[in-house]
Amino acid sequence: MSDALLRLEGVNTHIGRYHILHGVDFTVPRGQLTMLLGRNGAGKTTTLRTIMGLWRASKGHIHFNGRDITALPTPDIARAGLAYVPETMGIFDDLTVRENMILAARNGEIDPKRLQWIFGLFPALEKFWTLAAGVLSGGQKQMLAIARAIVEPRDLLLIDEPTKGLAPAIIINMIEAFRELKSTGATILLVEQNFMAAKLLGDSVVVMDDGRIVHRGAMAELAEDHGLQQKLLGLSMDSHQ
Amino acid sequence: MSAAASGADMAVLPKVKTDWLPALLVPLLALAALPLVGSFSAWATLTVAALAMGMMVFLMASGLTLVFGLMDVLNFGHGVFISFGAYVSLIALGPLREWGQSENIWLNVGVLLACSAVAMLVTGILGWAFERIVIRPVYGQHLKQILITMGGMIVAEQMIHVIWGASPITLRLPEGLRGAIVIGDAAMERYRVIAILFGLAVFGLMHLLLNRTKIGLLIRAGVENAEMVESLGYRIRRLFVGVFVAGSALAGLGGVLWAFYRQTLTAGMGMEVNVLIFIVIIIGGLGSVSGCFIGSLLVALIANYTGFLAPKLALFSSIILMVLILLWRPQGLYPVAKR
Repeated sequence: MSDALLRLEGVNTHIGRYHILHGVDFTVPRGQLTMLLGRNGAGKTTTLRTIMGLWRASKGHIHFNGRDITALPTPDIARAGLAYVPETMGIFDDLTVRENMILAARNGEIDPKRLQWIFGLFPALEKFWTLAAGVLSGGQKQMLAIARAIVEPRDLLLIDEPTKGLAPAIIINMIEAFRELKSTGATILLVEQNFMAAKLLGDSVVVMDDGRIVHRGAMAELAEDHGLQQKLLGLSMDSHQ
Repeated sequence: MSAAASGADMAVLPKVKTDWLPALLVPLLALAALPLVGSFSAWATLTVAALAMGMMVFLMASGLTLVFGLMDVLNFGHGVFISFGAYVSLIALGPLREWGQSENIWLNVGVLLACSAVAMLVTGILGWAFERIVIRPVYGQHLKQILITMGGMIVAEQMIHVIWGASPITLRLPEGLRGAIVIGDAAMERYRVIAILFGLAVFGLMHLLLNRTKIGLLIRAGVENAEMVESLGYRIRRLFVGVFVAGSALAGLGGVLWAFYRQTLTAGMGMEVNVLIFIVIIIGGLGSVSGCFIGSLLVALIANYTGFLAPKLALFSSIILMVLILLWRPQGLYPVAKR
């Protein structure tokens, strides 16, 4: 059994007057890819943003690498070893692909070997290296967003819906890239609506509904249990194969 | 290794077009005015005067556009730094009176540089205090920002009255910077040429800083998406304080040049150009330094040409220009991509 790299204990989040997360508890085991699933509005994005300190937990605790990061400012959380790819990708359109990557490298220099590895994962980035990121397609921007998160080794990657709005061919390539990342032993918490991608990638799964955790377990078990999928996610597997 | 880009996705290299059109507006406007002005010498004099004024407005406005772009802060008290910059230049003028009375142009430029250095130092410190006391409590609240920064400006104006008195103070230009350079029939005031060189030098330095350094990269990224910069591990608040201090110091520098240009100091001189500065940064695109530079030159050119051709229109010329630019490009000449 892997030890927990990230642990959420009774996390509540309010946004203005709205109570979004209601006592969220789950762990992300070290070296695994944990899927965070749920219907639209279930609270998945809010969970990631709360972990990053972009929204503050009003109650509960978030432990990362054994350290309580609940009250830390976002830059300190990032420096503790978390990389975040938001749903909107957070690409700086006016900056070049190179500049986007350099910003993510804390000392301002990218390790050439690691860069070659990233180019192997996402060849488009090498081709568009000196171009403004704003001219890239949606798929290429998503590649850049993920490349930026892995430009230096990070303990945990938080990635929000990386396949959203992408063409099927790009999604398949993206799944390949995540498999490659997994093989390096990276720990990933991945929010995903695409159940096919989740099934292929996930080691463990956490399902949310209405700001609460409604299921935790192995991804393989959920993938096998169509009844549970229907109950938790309202999925018809036929449409997701 | 796996390849996460399909062949179709990689097939075409996107074409990047450099948007020269807004920059071309400056020479186009100047050339369009030539037949209307009629005389080449009058046109040359008006154009050089306008470029000098444009550079000074750029110095005063460049900090404000970054402050707004980076943190969405509407600082209506920006004029404070212009007025203070102008007044504190008196501190350097006293000990350097002999240099100012010399006809050696290098000594005169030395006076200007010393005044600028003192003004930038004092307004930089003032900017740091202004950010901590006035701005920080109202982050994210635009209405309160407008009210409190305008209030701050009124208080600062009264402080100028207390320290230097309420009467206007005459400021003499250093001897060597008076008079004009005459080329053919066209007369160009020496001081205006110096102001143009100052403005160009600062624009060049800002361009280098923003495009060739990590701190510049962070500022440009922060203007686009401050939250993402924080998520990458950088403290945007610290960066903002640095930009606010630098912007205040630049306004102080602009204030010094503006004061020597007017040759009169008044506590309200900053407030008087506040509206013009906001017009310039709106025309340029909020958060864009290049846009601010082009906007400043356009506003100054149109003000001078209309002042010569149709003096009654001169007061409204910058507003008319802003309306026309916004009809063409609603986000300004060089819109900054926002989150």
